[in-house]
Amino acid sequence: MVKDKAAIVGIGNTEFSKNSGRSELQLTCEAVRAALDDAGLKPSDVDGMTTFTMDSTDEIELARAVGIGDITFYSRVPHGGGAATGLIHQAVMAIASGMCETVVCYRGLNGRSGHRFSEGVSGNIITADAMHWGWYMPSGLMTPASWVAMYTQRYMHLAGEDKVKEALFEVAYTTRQHGATNPAAMFYDHPFDRAEYDAQKKIVGPLKLYDCCLESDGASAVIITRADKARACKHGGVAIKGVGQSAAKNMESMTSFYRDEIAAIPSMDVAAKEAYKQSGLTPDDIDAAVIYDAFTPIVLWQLESWGFADPLKSADFVLEGGLRLDGRLPTNTHGGQLSEAYIHGVNGIVEATRLVRGTSKNQPDKEINHALVTSGVGVPTGGALLGKMD
Amino acid sequence: MTPEETKAFEEKIHAFVGRENGPPKRGNDDVNEAMIRHWAEVMGDELGTYTDAEYAAGTGKGGLIAPPAMLQAWSMEGYPMAENPAQDIQRQLHNVFDAHGFTGVLGTNTSTEFFRDLKPGDQVTAHCIIDTISEQKATGRGIGYFIETLTTYTDQNGEEVGKQVFRVLKFIPADSNDAADSSTEDDSPSVPTRITSPRGHDNSWWWKACDEGKILIQRCTSCQTLRHPPRPMCGECQSIEWDSIESTLDGEVYSFTTLHYPKIPGYQYPNTVGVIQLSEGTRLVANIVDIDYETIKIGMKVKGSVEQVDEKTMLPVFRPE
Repeated sequence: MVKDKAAIVGIGNTEFSKNSGRSELQLTCEAVRAALDDAGLKPSDVDGMTTFTMDSTDEIELARAVGIGDITFYSRVPHGGGAATGLIHQAVMAIASGMCETVVCYRGLNGRSGHRFSEGVSGNIITADAMHWGWYMPSGLMTPASWVAMYTQRYMHLAGEDKVKEALFEVAYTTRQHGATNPAAMFYDHPFDRAEYDAQKKIVGPLKLYDCCLESDGASAVIITRADKARACKHGGVAIKGVGQSAAKNMESMTSFYRDEIAAIPSMDVAAKEAYKQSGLTPDDIDAAVIYDAFTPIVLWQLESWGFADPLKSADFVLEGGLRLDGRLPTNTHGGQLSEAYIHGVNGIVEATRLVRGTSKNQPDKEINHALVTSGVGVPTGGALLGKMD
Repeated sequence: MTPEETKAFEEKIHAFVGRENGPPKRGNDDVNEAMIRHWAEVMGDELGTYTDAEYAAGTGKGGLIAPPAMLQAWSMEGYPMAENPAQDIQRQLHNVFDAHGFTGVLGTNTSTEFFRDLKPGDQVTAHCIIDTISEQKATGRGIGYFIETLTTYTDQNGEEVGKQVFRVLKFIPADSNDAADSSTEDDSPSVPTRITSPRGHDNSWWWKACDEGKILIQRCTSCQTLRHPPRPMCGECQSIEWDSIESTLDGEVYSFTTLHYPKIPGYQYPNTVGVIQLSEGTRLVANIVDIDYETIKIGMKVKGSVEQVDEKTMLPVFRPE
């Protein structure tokens, strides 16, 4: 088992912007250096690395640039934002099995000034899943927002259109209130209200501009080490209690339209079950969360996967203020990817670590013993449960 | 540029905001009938109030007036400017941009307000300031900043007669290779067409049938299970033997969505796409057409047909029954 075998000891972000003016490699070096400084570790302490298959920064280039020495473990996780907590998953397994001691998990992207995900899959795709996208490009269903909207329409049909639309606004609103008070957030100090939300253009189906995340340049890094070494680090450690990863049956990347019911995300259901089993925790034990929010509706479905609401009932949880700082589950306290930055969920791991440390810019008043952080959905996904060290 | 360099650069350019572009510029000529007549002829805008003094006197205008759109013309530099551009504040600002790689310039839009008609004998003076500089923007042309100048026009009595806002984009030109590439693509259709599926061993048979007007559904010949999208092996019985049946394209809307933005060339927007539950039992993603998208409901019965949707593409499309 992996419970309590490893802990997050260092976290680092670059600034988030629309145009970083430097390479993805450089951004990543800066985030890794910040994370090492935060941990009080030297580059030579690192002997493992994990990142996204989609990341452009080569492990050995990063190692040379940062001054990391011999590496005995490296691996990559596929499917874009679905990889976020997969980095923890890989790191914990490698540490628990003795393959290495200290892993740097990283993701750096010029997601605004470079390749923009909002442009969809219309470019030159010469990969193994090219034919899969071919079922959707000819009709024009080729942007992330459009795939999510297809599930959303079905979900609204079953859960109640008006209530779900209200809940989508509440997700957008609450998250941006958090971003407005986080100086690192791209939406810092930006007022946001219903009128601003309603005034924006339609993107796809029920989704308007502010139901969609930012596109940003920046990098985030997390250092994970063996639990017994974590205590000696500058800020101690935040324990990894459980981490699940899953691609559930009958899956396509973003377009799993052929399941018996598509108003749900079975891959996250499986990952949640796995993480709860490993940790021995239940939803009642979770005090705060960072839930992947590329689009507002995906937050609703994940609340159901992790047991905070029954299937098709998460709108009620949200409309009762469940995500707010004084609510049942303060969520995306950094402003999420809707308003801090879109660093493919790894900035979310940084924030979840802060929540357990008690150092979020929007730290809830109550004690945070356990925090949930999740990966992107629609793709193979996962989630991790973090907690105070025993 | 590093964030520090960007900050220093932005401080430099923002120091220009609010500055006068130079001393007020009095027009070389007062408003006069000859220039009005030339303008009206060239523009093909020969209203009586511009060109016929007798007619104009009988209208509410009480005499000849200048076409309002001439406002900017009265204070223009004239031809010498082309050879020897003014080294004014705006030029200095552009030089700062040029020195940092923002060498591209594009006039993006202008708007003008007119406060009163100008008549022969009026004297026009232009007062121009650098009014605003936007935050950095990523545009189709490249990374850049929008600069707005505000010109206020006054008459011989110092009264305002009009105002003009002129907006330019100063940008870092995208790689010039792009232009070279696109100029060689002369075999592409004149109107953009849809993005088609790559065709490989496991799917080309399906698309070939679609080209011929038929929508097929793959069928396992061992256990008869239908499957779509096609795959090389049956997930139920692991057989790799298969054939296909032709769909009747009777179905209902299982889910749908309508795309508004971004607008991708080759597609009409709003663009509605549905997941269609076919009567055979499999689902198919295709456009729903000829219906107001706000009236589509999940469960609605639809009928499909295979149609030529552009110069190169055959696709199934569905309409309400």
